[in-house]
Amino acid sequence: MSSATDGKGILVVPACCTSVVVGTAPKTSMRMPIVHVPFASAAAVASGLREALLVRGLEDKQVIVWAGDGGTADIGMASLSGAAEKNADIIYIMYDNEAYMNTGIQRSSSTPRGAWTTTTPIMGKTEPKKDVSRIMISHDVPYVATASIAYPHDFYNKLQTSLKIRGFRFIQLHSPCPVGWRFDDSLTVDVARMAVETGMWILYEYKNGVIEISNPSRYLIQQNKFKPIEEYIKIQGRFASVDENTLKGLYEYRNRNIEFLNKLAK
Amino acid sequence: MVITMKLVKTEDKLPISYPSEGAAGKTGTWRLERPIVNNEMCTRCYLCEIYCPGNVITVDKEGAHIDYNYCKGCGICVKVCPKNAIKMEPEEE
Ligand code: SF4
Ligand code: SF4
Repeated sequence: MSSATDGKGILVVPACCTSVVVGTAPKTSMRMPIVHVPFASAAAVASGLREALLVRGLEDKQVIVWAGDGGTADIGMASLSGAAEKNADIIYIMYDNEAYMNTGIQRSSSTPRGAWTTTTPIMGKTEPKKDVSRIMISHDVPYVATASIAYPHDFYNKLQTSLKIRGFRFIQLHSPCPVGWRFDDSLTVDVARMAVETGMWILYEYKNGVIEISNPSRYLIQQNKFKPIEEYIKIQGRFASVDENTLKGLYEYRNRNIEFLNKLAK
Repeated sequence: MVITMKLVKTEDKLPISYPSEGAAGKTGTWRLERPIVNNEMCTRCYLCEIYCPGNVITVDKEGAHIDYNYCKGCGICVKVCPKNAIKMEPEEE
């Protein structure tokens, strides 16, 4: 990311797994300025930071929020919605590992249906995943995109596109967590790719009021070549208790999502 | 009304961190298996460098190099290498 922003980026990180990765003061492992903020405030702090930079005439700086799904879909939702509504000039990246991982794998509203977490221990989560990108599209902000760690070039291009746009930009990055999803570390990229290939995660961009499905997903949608969802869930221990009914729910969720995106796509 | 601000000059009064290597310690000690690159098979495709979550692989003309101080042995590089040029070997204490 520091290479994409060419030294012009400033990160705002609320409590999340990344806060741990960055390390403790007075050292940091990031090669860019970073501000640690309380859970709910990331979007608000970033908007304020951007305004302050403008006052100082530093137009070319980019303020980027890097937040998890808990800090975005649950705790940070209010300030996120506020910043989006005001079209604050920031980039908000939600890296989505579909639960509160570093506090001990508790469910978040971004956890998919059927997934085991320590707070949904028996039947898995009974509610479907909250679609934050769709909520952002409803705010009609200049740029919304979904990305996946299995397609780094696609993510990099989306980051580059978003850097050239001004106003509120949102990217949701699907990031499997080996510990929380119960699979071997080495399969992380394969699981992320399988999510796209089964249509459980669809890559797209929303710009100027139109959705454009990104290349990896476009072909799958046009040819209806999605792999069965079973292939995605059988490689993850968190879906061990999924029964027929839940599986049907997952298929419905996927098909409805495709239908929705198709309607808005050009 | 004019608001004047007095800037704190001394850096130690501000809670500022500076980039430094190993801010979270030498994480390579977590590793149970060590990835070994066979540079004769490597085609310098950069895929391992791009996918490594620890950002510890550098690919150059000579091949792929892994910084074992920080490689956590996750094995993702082994899976993404299209030439099967990387193998995991048990870590010797
Ligand atoms: S084992 Fe993991 S951390 Fe180590 S070099 Fe390979 S991908 Fe990077
Ligand atoms: S992925 Fe394999 S072939 Fe490609 S640069 Fe790395 S070691 Fe070489």
